[in-house]
Amino acid sequence: MSAAPALAPRPRVALAGNPNAGKTTLFNALTGSSARTGNYPGVTVERRVGEWKLATDAPVEVLDVPGTYSLSARSPEEQVAVDAVLPSSAERSPDVVVVVADAGALERHLYLAQQIIDAGLPVVLALNLMDEAERAGVKVDATSLGEALGVEAIRLVATKGEGLAELASAVSRALERGPARGEPEPIPAALESFVAPIEARVKEQRPGDPPAAQRARALWAMLSLGDDELEGIDAELRTRVKDAHERAAAEEIDLDREIIAARYARIDEHMRFVVPAPVTDRVGWTERLDQALTHPVLGVLVFAVVMLVLFEALFRWSDPLIGGIEVSVAFLQGLAAAVLPDGPLEGLVVDGIIAGVGNVVVFVPQIALLFTFIAVLEDSGYLARVAFVIDRLMRGVGLHGKAFVPLLSGFACAIPAVMATRTIESRKDRLVTMLALPLMSCSARLPVYALVIAVVFPADERLGFVSVGALVLFAMYALSVSATLGAAAVLRRTVLRGPRPALVLELPPYRWPAPRNVISSVWRRVKDFLVDAGTIILAITIVLWALLTYPTNDSVSARFADLRAEAASSLEGEALEARNAELETQEASEQLRHSAAGSIGRFIEPAIEPLGFDWRIGIGLIGSFAAREVLVSTLGIVWGIGDDSDESPPLRDALRNATRDDGTPLFTPLTGIALMVFFVLAAQCMSTIAVVRRESGSWKWPLLMVAYMTTLAYVGALLVQQGGRLLGYG
Amino acid sequence: MEDGATLDELPVGAEGTVVAVRCERAIARRLMEMGVLPGTRVAVVRVAPLGDPIQLRLRSYSLSIRRREAAGIVLSDVREPVAAAAVAEQAPS
Repeated sequence: MSAAPALAPRPRVALAGNPNAGKTTLFNALTGSSARTGNYPGVTVERRVGEWKLATDAPVEVLDVPGTYSLSARSPEEQVAVDAVLPSSAERSPDVVVVVADAGALERHLYLAQQIIDAGLPVVLALNLMDEAERAGVKVDATSLGEALGVEAIRLVATKGEGLAELASAVSRALERGPARGEPEPIPAALESFVAPIEARVKEQRPGDPPAAQRARALWAMLSLGDDELEGIDAELRTRVKDAHERAAAEEIDLDREIIAARYARIDEHMRFVVPAPVTDRVGWTERLDQALTHPVLGVLVFAVVMLVLFEALFRWSDPLIGGIEVSVAFLQGLAAAVLPDGPLEGLVVDGIIAGVGNVVVFVPQIALLFTFIAVLEDSGYLARVAFVIDRLMRGVGLHGKAFVPLLSGFACAIPAVMATRTIESRKDRLVTMLALPLMSCSARLPVYALVIAVVFPADERLGFVSVGALVLFAMYALSVSATLGAAAVLRRTVLRGPRPALVLELPPYRWPAPRNVISSVWRRVKDFLVDAGTIILAITIVLWALLTYPTNDSVSARFADLRAEAASSLEGEALEARNAELETQEASEQLRHSAAGSIGRFIEPAIEPLGFDWRIGIGLIGSFAAREVLVSTLGIVWGIGDDSDESPPLRDALRNATRDDGTPLFTPLTGIALMVFFVLAAQCMSTIAVVRRESGSWKWPLLMVAYMTTLAYVGALLVQQGGRLLGYG
Repeated sequence: MEDGATLDELPVGAEGTVVAVRCERAIARRLMEMGVLPGTRVAVVRVAPLGDPIQLRLRSYSLSIRRREAAGIVLSDVREPVAAAAVAEQAPS
């Protein structure tokens, strides 16, 4: 994409701020529907750009900088915010930075503001949430505070649109003034000898930068480098930072602390323009709510109810919507089949493309519901309390309190659950959660359990009070939860070993979620999924369709053509229709055996034979890669049963009566359990792989997931089958 | 309580002044950037239902950290909860 050469590039305004400062609300209010969402390359951090029409000027471009507490970074994710303000190379710096701060907690929010001002960038300080601060009794002398900081400070209530016009004029003025000529950040004399060599290196490499930006970059390096995961950092810079920290440590100086403390000392000076909330006997409503919501009994109860409702939504509320999508897809397939001439094109459109689009769209209800919940919980402040309440349990397996909602959602479907891991800031914590949660037994596994249990365990078989089937089902869920937590613990100690995960979690005041933010966040997630993961799912559906369809066997086709002709000449009316349907089912079954999937099924038979599976189950495993529940319909086709509902007795009976070549029954209870264990543990879902690829930013992680889960599934099923045989079952 | 106490030892309602932050560098840096610095007054607001983490109040906002990190935060001028009874009376019950 090339910019129009005749026009100067649009001015760029960056919106920066701490998390929970109301930055998203402001961004939405300024840019409306013009916002475009993408991802920063290589990291799962959302990049949002929109257009803002200032009163007098042409529209400016607004960049939403990811929420951050400071301009230092240990991970590439955190570095994104730094780069947005202090671009390292290709990107140009913002022309103005609007720093959004919570007027009720300025002491901490000014830390970032001060840093950005010190970097020499033109800044407008937006004192947001002014209404909330004033209700609490906070008084801010915005004019004097702005003067002390050398910027304009604007009072704002972004949720109500108050102060937006003033913000626009302030930004216009800042744009007119042009590049700031700010003084470099003052550093304590005792630190100068440590900072100087680093700043000298920055100057060597970026001679064109203003001195303030060079100083800012030197201090960024001092605070960020050492125990970081950043890539592409100048080796000489690293050496000098390491050396500075070592020399300082020898003199018992903690450079991190000295730099940060010096900044806070300046902020404490500015705080004379802010009258803090008076100390009264009045207990604020955040505190009142917290007394209830984090109460040992009541809090846990509310927590359980909220999670139950979320669960119910994912399972039950989504059901009619999913059903509606499935009916619509079937309707479209019928329509296309009627319109298109019989042949390969019809197959491609009906079973490839329409089925593929259906496979994508069918996830939308659950994604939309889960993200509505998450957006409301997050914006209201309760999501932080969820992490606070449950962190103790999650800590045991090396996970973060924020991993709980994604893991729980995994019981419904791994696709929205993987996307929900975005609420976890640390990359390693997020990856551990993402890679372990597909082991949670999702709802697509349920039809598989239901069919297999119905086949191998008679409904009246009981153990004490409960049916054996119910016990087996319970065991599968227990296995899935233990496998998930076990996998998380192992991943944490092996491939994703890193600094011990810590919890440093702000508990923001409770606030009413803004409907606009909720809708915009849900829409962004759905669009992300449709565009990025959706295309992969569609492609794999078409490949799977081809594998299950081609090559066709001509002699089978010819034989069935003869049979159909024979039926047409001897039968008529309903009898003919019934006969044709029967022939179609039989032909599908025979053709499937000759298809590539059939050959693969036979090819892998020696490998799955020790698990008790034959090549026909092998075909089912290949088909179920599209979605686990497809196992049921694929087995239906293999056994030539037309009606593929899992309730269908014909399929159940067919499987019950199925035998191996030697005449022994194929579906022994042991084989049934082995098959279920395989489904609990296997990464048998292309959509999960597609979404992990999208959320982790590389193919490496989904491949690792497939590898470990398939190994686990194979070993698990093998242990069941062979162990069971050794113990004399089956 | 004498000086040298650490934050994890404070009962709910007590507060103290930070003297040192002795955690892993990454965590210490994050805590300091969020305002947990020598000289900062920090109060323990509550303990999570399962005993960990704890909720702190400092610089007009609430922060939650695990006891393990709290054990690295050394305090002076610790004040025991005098107003605990008054706060309890305010609680909606």
